[in-house]
Amino acid sequence: MSAPIVKSVRKRRFSLERDAPWVTPALPWVVCAAVVAIWELCCYAFAVPEFVLPRPSRIAAVLIASAGPIWFHTQHTLITTMIGFALSVAVGLVVGTAVGSSKLVYGGFYPLLVGFNSVPKVALVPVLVVWFGIGTIPAVLTAFLMSFFPIVVNVATGLATVEPELHDVLRSLGAKKRDLIFKVGLPRSLPYFFGSLKVAVTLAFVGSIISESIASSEGIGTLMVRAASDFRIPLVFAGLVVTAAMGIAMYAAFAVVERHTTGWATRRVDVE
Amino acid sequence: MSNFVAIKDVELVYGRKKTRFQALKNLDLEIKRGEFAAVVGRSGCGKSSLMKLVSGLLPPTEGTVEVDGNLLDGPLKIVGMAFQNPTLLPWRTLLSNVMLPFEIVDEHRYKIRTQRSSYKEQAGALLRSVGLEGFENKYPWQLSGGMQQRASLCRALVHQPDLLMLDEPFGALDAFTREELWDVLQNLWINRKFTTILVTHDLREAVYLADRVFVMSERPGRILATHDVPIERPRRSEITFGSTFLDIVHTLRDRIKAVPATTALTIA
Repeated sequence: MSAPIVKSVRKRRFSLERDAPWVTPALPWVVCAAVVAIWELCCYAFAVPEFVLPRPSRIAAVLIASAGPIWFHTQHTLITTMIGFALSVAVGLVVGTAVGSSKLVYGGFYPLLVGFNSVPKVALVPVLVVWFGIGTIPAVLTAFLMSFFPIVVNVATGLATVEPELHDVLRSLGAKKRDLIFKVGLPRSLPYFFGSLKVAVTLAFVGSIISESIASSEGIGTLMVRAASDFRIPLVFAGLVVTAAMGIAMYAAFAVVERHTTGWATRRVDVE
Repeated sequence: MSNFVAIKDVELVYGRKKTRFQALKNLDLEIKRGEFAAVVGRSGCGKSSLMKLVSGLLPPTEGTVEVDGNLLDGPLKIVGMAFQNPTLLPWRTLLSNVMLPFEIVDEHRYKIRTQRSSYKEQAGALLRSVGLEGFENKYPWQLSGGMQQRASLCRALVHQPDLLMLDEPFGALDAFTREELWDVLQNLWINRKFTTILVTHDLREAVYLADRVFVMSERPGRILATHDVPIERPRRSEITFGSTFLDIVHTLRDRIKAVPATTALTIA
């Protein structure tokens, strides 16, 4: 009895990247479209009233019909958020560098920062309004307060986790503290920094919109609160959609920046 | 020849009270200018502490450390160092990694702005001499461990330091690459004669490279024995099979075996 001769016909395993490279980029759109379709269908099927949950097609119609006012408020929110975000990048870099490179500053200020970050920013808006009046300034400051903490934490982490041997190498060359920070610490924390920007920018949107919805006469937050009090729920949802779109766009923009500035950090994974 | 490094009756203690432990005790060590010295011992015997002591990164608790006739007071300014881990900066190319000391050492840091090309030439020449021609513009993570370690050696040497400190620089490499790098290092040393302290637990490595081998005791570390290596240079890999070489290695091995290893358990 001899064993049957089996020709080896092991198939190559299917690989998404190699055999269907178009699937991965198309995936988010497909999922998004599916969610919208299910939403639309459910609204039809269960006859959900418009003031509870409007259908996506209604929201789209409102988006187009009220494009003018929506755009006016959107660009206001966008500018407010960007100013607040720019502030938090600047402050976050400086504070993060200080916290990450000095044990004294870390020990002294970090608990305070954590405590500060735990305070709900909604509760701060009325205080800001008392100080600065209703309008753009409280919104900018809330955006700033919401978004600067992750930047601080990430920059500090990058700086604080430099290999001790590297410090020894540099110190035995006569390196000064600022050499250690600028030649090693900051470049090393760049991947952390850009990673945190993606998170921080979405938080900045949350901040400015919270503030606008409490105390402002302009911005998407204001638009949504007013629409809600007029029972124009499709318009509220239109505002939400625009907000989400802005968030995604900003996140994507910083993801691209991250990829282009700190390629060494991600490519390293492939090599090791 | 005068002593370039002189350590006299040094004690080094880390921590205090409960966490207190003695890394070095009654340590005396003298190394001549231009000498290649190796320090061997069991792991945890304070070899790396010795390195930090000589480079001034750690002050001794008791005793004195003199380098080039000066009592140490803070980190030395132009020591070259290389470790088991190449510690290259992944965002810099090899060439730019090797140029790093020029950007930091006082003597060069201001000149480099105006004379970048001549410094680049020096760094490039050094990279070529260790067989890294054509890789100047690669990033460290694109290269093998052995190539990274070559570059790390270059970084330690490019500014022509008087003192080179090596802490198990070849420990993480495979045997072939390691022995290749012994020769790379030996050639660099023969050309430039920088004073070198090599810390290692590879006895063959110590004997192959060093003029003198120091044997360290178990913690708290002190020098137990000194052994001269009277083998002609340049040494080639054949000598590692010769009787002189093997005799020295065996003597050293016996010396270290004689050290009780029990104390190692109490460190934990």
